Amino acid sequence: MYVAVKGGERAIEAAHRLLAEERRGDSRVPELSLAQIDQQLSLAVDRVMAEGSLYDRDLAALAIKQARGDLGEAIFLLRAYRTTLPRFGVSLPIDTGRMQVRRRISATFKDLPGGQILGSTFDYTHRLLDFELAGGAVATRPSPIELEAADPAACAPPRVLDLLDREGLIESDPAGDHRATVVDLTREPVTFPAPRAARLQNLARGDEGFLLAMGYATQRGYGRNHPFAGEIRLGEVSVELIPEELGFPIEIGTIAVAECQMVNQFRGSDSAPAQFTRGYGLVFGENEKKAMAMALVDRALRSRELGETPAAPTQDEEFVLSHSDNVEASGFVQHLKLPHYVDFQSELVLVRDLRAAAGASPRP
Amino acid sequence: MSRYNFAYLDEQTKRMIRRAILKAVAIPGYQVPFGSREMPLSYGWGTGGVQVTASVIGPDDVLKVIDQGADDTTNAVSIRRFFERTAGVRTTTRTTQATLIQSRHRIPETPLAPGQILVLQVPIPEPLRWLEPREAETRKMHALEEYGAMHVRLYEDITRHGKVAQTYEYPVIVDGRYLMRPSPIPKWDNPKLDRNPALLLFGAGREKRIYAVPPHTSVRSLDFEDHPFEVERWDRPCALCGASDSYLDEIVVDDKGGRMFVCSDTDFCAQQQGRREDGEP
Amino acid sequence: MSDAGERPLLRVRGLTRFYGSRVGCLDIGFDLWPGEVLGLVGESGSGKTTVLDCLSGRRAASAGRAEYAARDGAIVDVLRMAEAPRRRLLRAEWGVVHQNPRDGLRMTVTAGANVGERLMDLGARHYGAIRGQAIDWLDQVEIARDRIDDAPESFSGGMLQRLQIARNLVIRPRLVLMDEPTGSLDVSVQARLLDLLRGLVAELNLSAIVVTHDLAVARLLAHRLVVIKSGEAVETGLTDQVLDDPQHPYTLLLVSSVLHP
Repeated sequence: MYVAVKGGERAIEAAHRLLAEERRGDSRVPELSLAQIDQQLSLAVDRVMAEGSLYDRDLAALAIKQARGDLGEAIFLLRAYRTTLPRFGVSLPIDTGRMQVRRRISATFKDLPGGQILGSTFDYTHRLLDFELAGGAVATRPSPIELEAADPAACAPPRVLDLLDREGLIESDPAGDHRATVVDLTREPVTFPAPRAARLQNLARGDEGFLLAMGYATQRGYGRNHPFAGEIRLGEVSVELIPEELGFPIEIGTIAVAECQMVNQFRGSDSAPAQFTRGYGLVFGENEKKAMAMALVDRALRSRELGETPAAPTQDEEFVLSHSDNVEASGFVQHLKLPHYVDFQSELVLVRDLRAAAGASPRP
Repeated sequence: MSRYNFAYLDEQTKRMIRRAILKAVAIPGYQVPFGSREMPLSYGWGTGGVQVTASVIGPDDVLKVIDQGADDTTNAVSIRRFFERTAGVRTTTRTTQATLIQSRHRIPETPLAPGQILVLQVPIPEPLRWLEPREAETRKMHALEEYGAMHVRLYEDITRHGKVAQTYEYPVIVDGRYLMRPSPIPKWDNPKLDRNPALLLFGAGREKRIYAVPPHTSVRSLDFEDHPFEVERWDRPCALCGASDSYLDEIVVDDKGGRMFVCSDTDFCAQQQGRREDGEP
Repeated sequence: MSDAGERPLLRVRGLTRFYGSRVGCLDIGFDLWPGEVLGLVGESGSGKTTVLDCLSGRRAASAGRAEYAARDGAIVDVLRMAEAPRRRLLRAEWGVVHQNPRDGLRMTVTAGANVGERLMDLGARHYGAIRGQAIDWLDQVEIARDRIDDAPESFSGGMLQRLQIARNLVIRPRLVLMDEPTGSLDVSVQARLLDLLRGLVAELNLSAIVVTHDLAVARLLAHRLVVIKSGEAVETGLTDQVLDDPQHPYTLLLVSSVLHP
């Protein structure tokens, strides 16, 4: 005798308890602290802050812990938390020209004012698993690095692209009006065609994997724009706000960002002599590969305004911007797990009818 | 949950959503863009519906939440609990006792009454999406009432299958003007949209659109004069309550192909069973 | 100007379009009368397609007027119309036949749907009747009836063009714009299509503007010609007069360049 399915509430409660147990894992193993995640998995924290669109290392670390290391899930947690936060102001635009750089490189010149500063990077490591790291107990502390007296120019080196700009070799970056209202993607939906500010915001929060794939595609000919890494810089910038009561800017903190400026395919005509064009990427934290991919995609999406005929999906603004958000993507892909049996029943009825009409298998 | 505002969303956000709802009601069937917020549920799992409900719900409301017509499916349970925790409102499984109903994929069988609000969860709001992927283009098509492509789609179905192949999310014309996708309700539920005395609200969180059908508005399912719109049929009544005027779920009962058909609307079925026991027709 | 008497279906004055500093077309003017076919002739790049594009709204004109006498009697300047009413007008009263038929067809829906779509746009809601009209029109353009449920992807170039014509004519447009209607076809197929077009124009009393670089096409289809060179009209007149007794040196050049067997 069939009894209608019940007990959804109890099932969910039990599922939550099981999740909590599995999150903790074997209780003989020490529990992770937020400080450990922040310090020793700092690039994961950086990514969660960037795509979660919220700069707070502790919260990001907590999200990673709660999400059992699933960064997509952690990003979702941070975004949902962000929704509940009140806004009390808008900062001045950060000035990456005044960044305290920890890493700064340029592929377009061998040497330049401020120098090439490698910083800490995986780039020249050999990807060999280091079993000393598996040690558990701290084996040997790395010896403190002797730093040379800092070159003053190294602290806030001039921008490479400004050097090109002064010679008129690269299209100018239009000087922004700090008081102009910029569209805010977290408050309003994007409409197409989208202004560049909206595109950049979308890409800044976009999924790193998706952007890497799109950027890679441009390099392989899908919307090729002939990029050179003009400058990549990582470091701290000051965040400033003008409180109403004071009327002048005060620094409310510093954040770490990674910025990439690409020098792209030049263009010119009879009326306008040749100039290089730009692509721009900026993210929270140290994720320079995301900033680079973002700059490639930014440039690809500028094709129309630069007089190029878009031919590849990487240059299709609706395609790129509608699918870059991994919270949206993950939700919708996974929503297929939800019951769809009512709609499926509707299809079953139709397919059975069509088959009956065609003289195929009998109806049940 | 006391650190969160009533029904989770802050008042500014609710105001923004209510403005979008008012605009939607003023232009029946038209998709109003809104600043959808990230919610504690995944996109695709009802965030649009939840935001609409959170913006219209008040402490005196009585809330019913269903998914696939049932109150006890996991997502309905999850959403109902969300509002119990963040709004503390009374909840019910009885359609007749609810002031506010949030639903995924079904309209309740029990007719709605004036003053009730039905909130439907929408995955893809744009009815022309499969014909034209670009938003910039579909916006223009709606503005210019250029719906020929949709009729071409129906014509093609009849040519290929002898009948229209759309079985759920069946496109409708609202108030004689806007082409609308009524959320993934089965065709069976489309007639309930027409001149319903309740207010019907549609929320798409991921796609960031809200639309509405105000009470007593005409909603017509697209068809041809010689291929009129028709709903699903079953050749047997509900095995539990005997109703033959309700949408039925197909349950597989054994591995020999045994099947049983049961009302999808669990409240309706329970009421019918109660009436049968009382000897009513 | 009298309303009761004949007035041109389309009156174009000063039609001009610049591409930056380059001239697309300059100060083009002509009248098109009901039942008349006007040919715009010139070499590639002469600007004749620009004129057509400005009239159909595909490109914005830089200056000029194009006054059209609509079915309801109103006179409207199509160059100044807002996009919404212009698109409605085009759907209901004009036809546009593209040089490449793929630009004017839905390649992934059936031939029947391609022909029936404009009827459905205008409110037709009887599947049988729509299909009946589609069959009639396939007959008119000499496409076998049993292709009605085939997608055009399987059609030859000539068939595609004929299907595009059927798709446009089904609503009995008052004005048809054609851009090199035989341009993409083999010579043998061209002849057949031209015959068809001539027949349809006469039978339906169509008004049309045909852009072509092929003087043979112009002679066969057009009653009058406007010869365009570098975006400007250099000569106008009755087709036979212009082609047999060209006045302007450029026309003379065009005419004498035609290869004779």
